Amino acid sequence: MRDLLDKRLVIVTGKGGVGKSTVALALGVAAAERGKRAIVCEVAAQEGLSRVFHRAEVGFHEVEMADNLWAISIDPDESMREYVLLQLKVKAMRDLLFRSRIFNYLAAATPGLRELVTIGKIWELAQPNRKVRGARGYDLVVVDAPATGHGVGFLQTPRTFASIARVGPIRAQAETLDAYLTDHRRTGVAIVALPEEMPVNETATLERALTDEVGTSVDRVYLNGLYPERFAPDDVPKLERGASSEEPGVRPACRAALSQSRRAAGQREQLTRLEELVSAPVRTLPFVFKPQLEIEEVRGLAAEVD
Amino acid sequence: MCICAGSGGVGKTTTAAAIAAGMAAEGSKVAVLTIDPAKRLADSLGLPELGNTERQVDPSLFDEAGVESGGGELWAMMLDPKATFDEVVRRHAPDEETRERILSNRIYQQLSSALAGSQEYMAMEKLFEIWAEDRYDLLVLDTPPSRNALDFLDAPRRLTQFIEGRALQVFLRPTGFATKLIGGGTSMAFSVLKRITGIDLLQDLSEFFQAFSGMVGGFQERAKRVNELLADDQTTFLVVCGPQGEPISEAVYFHRKLVEAELPFGGVIVNKVHYDLDEEFPADVGSLSAALEAELGDRDLAERVAANFADYSTLAQRDRRNVRRLANEMRTRAVIEVPYLDDDVHDLAGLAEINRYLFASGASERERIAAGR
Repeated sequence: MRDLLDKRLVIVTGKGGVGKSTVALALGVAAAERGKRAIVCEVAAQEGLSRVFHRAEVGFHEVEMADNLWAISIDPDESMREYVLLQLKVKAMRDLLFRSRIFNYLAAATPGLRELVTIGKIWELAQPNRKVRGARGYDLVVVDAPATGHGVGFLQTPRTFASIARVGPIRAQAETLDAYLTDHRRTGVAIVALPEEMPVNETATLERALTDEVGTSVDRVYLNGLYPERFAPDDVPKLERGASSEEPGVRPACRAALSQSRRAAGQREQLTRLEELVSAPVRTLPFVFKPQLEIEEVRGLAAEVD
Repeated sequence: MCICAGSGGVGKTTTAAAIAAGMAAEGSKVAVLTIDPAKRLADSLGLPELGNTERQVDPSLFDEAGVESGGGELWAMMLDPKATFDEVVRRHAPDEETRERILSNRIYQQLSSALAGSQEYMAMEKLFEIWAEDRYDLLVLDTPPSRNALDFLDAPRRLTQFIEGRALQVFLRPTGFATKLIGGGTSMAFSVLKRITGIDLLQDLSEFFQAFSGMVGGFQERAKRVNELLADDQTTFLVVCGPQGEPISEAVYFHRKLVEAELPFGGVIVNKVHYDLDEEFPADVGSLSAALEAELGDRDLAERVAANFADYSTLAQRDRRNVRRLANEMRTRAVIEVPYLDDDVHDLAGLAEINRYLFASGASERERIAAGR
């Protein structure tokens, strides 16, 4: 198996709230640190990237956040516009189209079209010879994809369009996109999970859906937020004694320690289950005991993602 | 009727299931609806799968979990948006021909789930249907997972807007789009459009939109009634969130939107909160470590316990700050905190554990926490 960071396109997916954006960013940071020109893409307006880098706004432009590390927030309306610009070289024709009611209506109402042009833009970013004039290519494009459920549908969009449009340019382009997403050599998928019962079950279901229905490879599963194993089983009786102590500070500290040891043990059981349930290799990422993730913490995780 | 709303990954499904199970345990006949394609609720209730109709949760599961069932019933269903959309089409289509045209249209078959707001709208549709049948004392709705909790509020409006949209009329006028399509096209814009999409896709789209036009009346009427139901004083919205900065900000935003839309806000539930175990814990790790060493007689262990407590306190302080901000910005006292439990919640026993907090008054909640879980 080729290394995840040696692919051209890496899609990071998983259930909501598991830390997909953080893992996507950490992968981007890790690639940039290896000297690759990398870009992290947000899909559907989020603001995580802007916050971590203390930037006012990451919009629909490629912005350099750190050395070799770029970011973009992919807006479907802008992607649509760009797509038309690339398709129609004659300005008069473009103006005609942009002004026409049929176009504006179809662009807004056609189901799945927003997803399709979003994937189109991701593909464009991953091309060595960019379609956008004057734009430089990237060695790695990392996508922070929509959550489970939506995620599978999102990645399936090109295939669906390819089957609906029997002939014509949309079909050809949808086929190109689908072929790219399912090319295991160039495109990789990472699923992010949490060490809890339900997220682990969903990760197994998601992996099957991605491999069987969408046809992508699943290269890695990240188990995010794993507690350190701070206490051994024979510490427990001592901690229990301490938890009933009258000494200020001792009691709550021992109680917190007991909770921690139970959670850490429960999480290890989930790690074992996850490893049994999925085919892709599982990598763990530590829980970060900070009020909010800042760039230093992301750099710390970047050392662990690969 | 109780609608649980919030952004993804904050325990919305579990909360909805816990409320439903709790009310059933108090003797009500309750149905809980989830939309999540990730089958979370089935997991929560120990059901292998849920269909597009309600199924009763085996009462013996309550006994096994050591939960009094109190004579109530718990029913659960997982919404199948596509099957619901089919039902809606069957109901609103003016005639059999229109119905068949829609159901056999390839755009409809493949992509209706991607229609803006359709998943959310179908959730409302099903909720309305079950509500109208009046078979339950309480309905609990777990809203679709979305980045933006507001998609859900917006859905009926967006879907009707789509159907009644002015531009749709372009397709519907006798001299409109469809005629041009068949007649070879006189519109320049259309011929340009054809170049970038391909003719057959446009044809399918045109058929799709035309077929829908016949249902405009039925849809509008239904959406209006769904909106009325949402604003009804028998409905309550619960905002579910987590204690981290971003979920809190989203909950505040969502609450504001509820108020703006004049929808009935019931309260906010913050899941997985790290409570302060002791308000007066020693501020410095060194002295705590010394006290621990004296108590435990194990220096290495004492240091680990102290370090762990420092980490825990960081999170507890963050959570307390965030919950305070939440209550201030929402100007509400209706904030329920559910602690981050030591064990994972995925069955009725776990839901009952959550309910000790959800259904507890503030004082007894604090007492229980103080007594140690």
